[in-house]
Amino acid sequence: METFQHIVNILTRPTVLLTAVIMSFLFFFPPTDWFEKWNRRLRLHLLWTGKGFVAVMVLLVGFFFVGVANENFRFIVFKPDNVPIVGLIFLVFIFLWVSMSQAARNDRLLEAGEKPEEFNDPEDKVLVWPDLVYIEFIALILMMSLLLIWSIGIQAPLEEAADPSSSPNPSKAPWYFLGLQEMLVYFDPWLAGIVFPSLIIVGLMAIPYIDTNKEVTGYYSYRQRRLAIPIFMFGWLILWVLLILIGTFLRGPNWNFFGPFEYWDPHKLVSLTNINLSDIFWIKLFNTGLPRNILLREFFGFATVLGYFLILPPLFAKTIFKKLHQDLGNFKFGIFIFLLLCMLALPLKMYLRWIFNLKYIISIPEFFFNI
Amino acid sequence: MNNDSGRKKRSNVFEKIGQSALWKSIFRSGIPVTRRQRMMSVLNSVFLHLHPVRLPRHAVKLKFTWCMGGLSFFLFLVLTISGILLMFYYRPTVEYAYTDIMDLGEQVPLGIMREIHRWGGHAMVITVWLHMFRVFMTGSYKPPREFNWVVGVVLLFLTLFLSFTGYLLPWDQLAIWAVTVGSNMARASPFLGHEGPGASLLSLGDINFIHSGSDARFALLGGRFVGESALLRFYVLHCIGLPFIIMIFMAVHFWRIRKDGGISGPT
Repeated sequence: METFQHIVNILTRPTVLLTAVIMSFLFFFPPTDWFEKWNRRLRLHLLWTGKGFVAVMVLLVGFFFVGVANENFRFIVFKPDNVPIVGLIFLVFIFLWVSMSQAARNDRLLEAGEKPEEFNDPEDKVLVWPDLVYIEFIALILMMSLLLIWSIGIQAPLEEAADPSSSPNPSKAPWYFLGLQEMLVYFDPWLAGIVFPSLIIVGLMAIPYIDTNKEVTGYYSYRQRRLAIPIFMFGWLILWVLLILIGTFLRGPNWNFFGPFEYWDPHKLVSLTNINLSDIFWIKLFNTGLPRNILLREFFGFATVLGYFLILPPLFAKTIFKKLHQDLGNFKFGIFIFLLLCMLALPLKMYLRWIFNLKYIISIPEFFFNI
Repeated sequence: MNNDSGRKKRSNVFEKIGQSALWKSIFRSGIPVTRRQRMMSVLNSVFLHLHPVRLPRHAVKLKFTWCMGGLSFFLFLVLTISGILLMFYYRPTVEYAYTDIMDLGEQVPLGIMREIHRWGGHAMVITVWLHMFRVFMTGSYKPPREFNWVVGVVLLFLTLFLSFTGYLLPWDQLAIWAVTVGSNMARASPFLGHEGPGASLLSLGDINFIHSGSDARFALLGGRFVGESALLRFYVLHCIGLPFIIMIFMAVHFWRIRKDGGISGPT
């Protein structure tokens, strides 16, 4: 039991957790033929069958069942506001499974030259009254019953009256914004709080204008969308849902990381010696002081950021995204690759922080401009 | 259809009701028993006419639609109703807000309106996400439905913002510090926040246009910290401002679904 809790605590360390999720992600949602071959060989595609569903559900339920024996685990999981997030873990998996299993079935049908499962004769229609109206009616009754049971069973949280002079530790944003609060650790508030959220909204809006593959409309399929689905899943499952889970369950006092079975010790000491890229170059490598001129001081940072956004796109266009570049044209591809690079900037910056203690790539505190 | 005499007798009673002057004045078509009446009852109802009269067979498959869009709308209605009931009890001032919420739990008989409102808000955030996920996974955002996806993203944002503004109203520790964390970001907006990049450029000689008393955070909170006027602003936004905007976008969203040919399907 203790060893199990210890292993879980180690596995949920941010470096291990994020790396494991990103790596396994590539095999569960194979973006290329190479990964798909491995997906088959490791028999991972069985996850989207009935047996796979039962196996994962047993694992999830079992984990929570074993977990609640631990006091620290109970403390976090049974907080009223965290209940929907525990529910969210199950819901996300259930609906992921529902869509992916149908996609797998449709892929098999399409491969055999047949129409997808959802296809039906355009003349063969059902009446809204009663066929749809009744389903809607039953759905809303079930939803209302669920909501009533939930409301009677769990009281809405209410802490002490607001006191501007004593701030709680940790003070967390509402749970659906914990992904943004997690970004605040790695980026300045103007990037994490304003620019990235705006880019998320703009990026989501841009999806139909970038994904111009007209084939899959109105049915589940994976094969024909091996680029679109993994990118969306990466953004949704890793950068949104996973960060919410981390923010809720793993972030404790002083915004330090804690394993799910670890006591939230407010006195936990984490040595923080974060340094900027300019310090690494000028002080550590060249052994001189920081130059007076801001542009000269941050030269390497600007070179890195500009290189990231200017050199990588043409490189990708020539190599892995060659076909996409041809299909989209320069303008649309440019927008696509910019949004993709922004998305990847978050995990990259996380790793830079965890491994090299790198604080900012460009650091101009004089103008509140840090990247 | 009605072979056994018992059902026939009952349907006669329904038919009589359906032909009465009172029924006709309200519903215009008879009891929806025959095919024609069923079609007319959808067409003639202000609430049902958002639906087409007939649907492709896969559109009523639960496995395909998950019902999440409809449930999001239903939860919006539940939240509106429970929210209006809460407004009878709640006064948005620093003096009363917290004690009014306490009273809701302790003094109001069968008082679970606050629970319904809070958990319903959480549930709506989740159903809206899952609805978006379904639409993405079925590729339903593709032409001609691109613009409706954009409207949907706006609705997602408004749902989150509605939930966020509601977070402050109980005026407890959880509320003000969560909103402090959230609204501190506005302070750093580029150009519009006094600690954001570019703010110092917006000045005329020595006079800064963007300072802590004139930036984006000040506009959101109505002050330099989360206090009395922030509570009022969030209350007005939560109860009137954002619901008004979200209803306009929902109207466009639903109307567009019809105009774009109803639910998507393979062709």
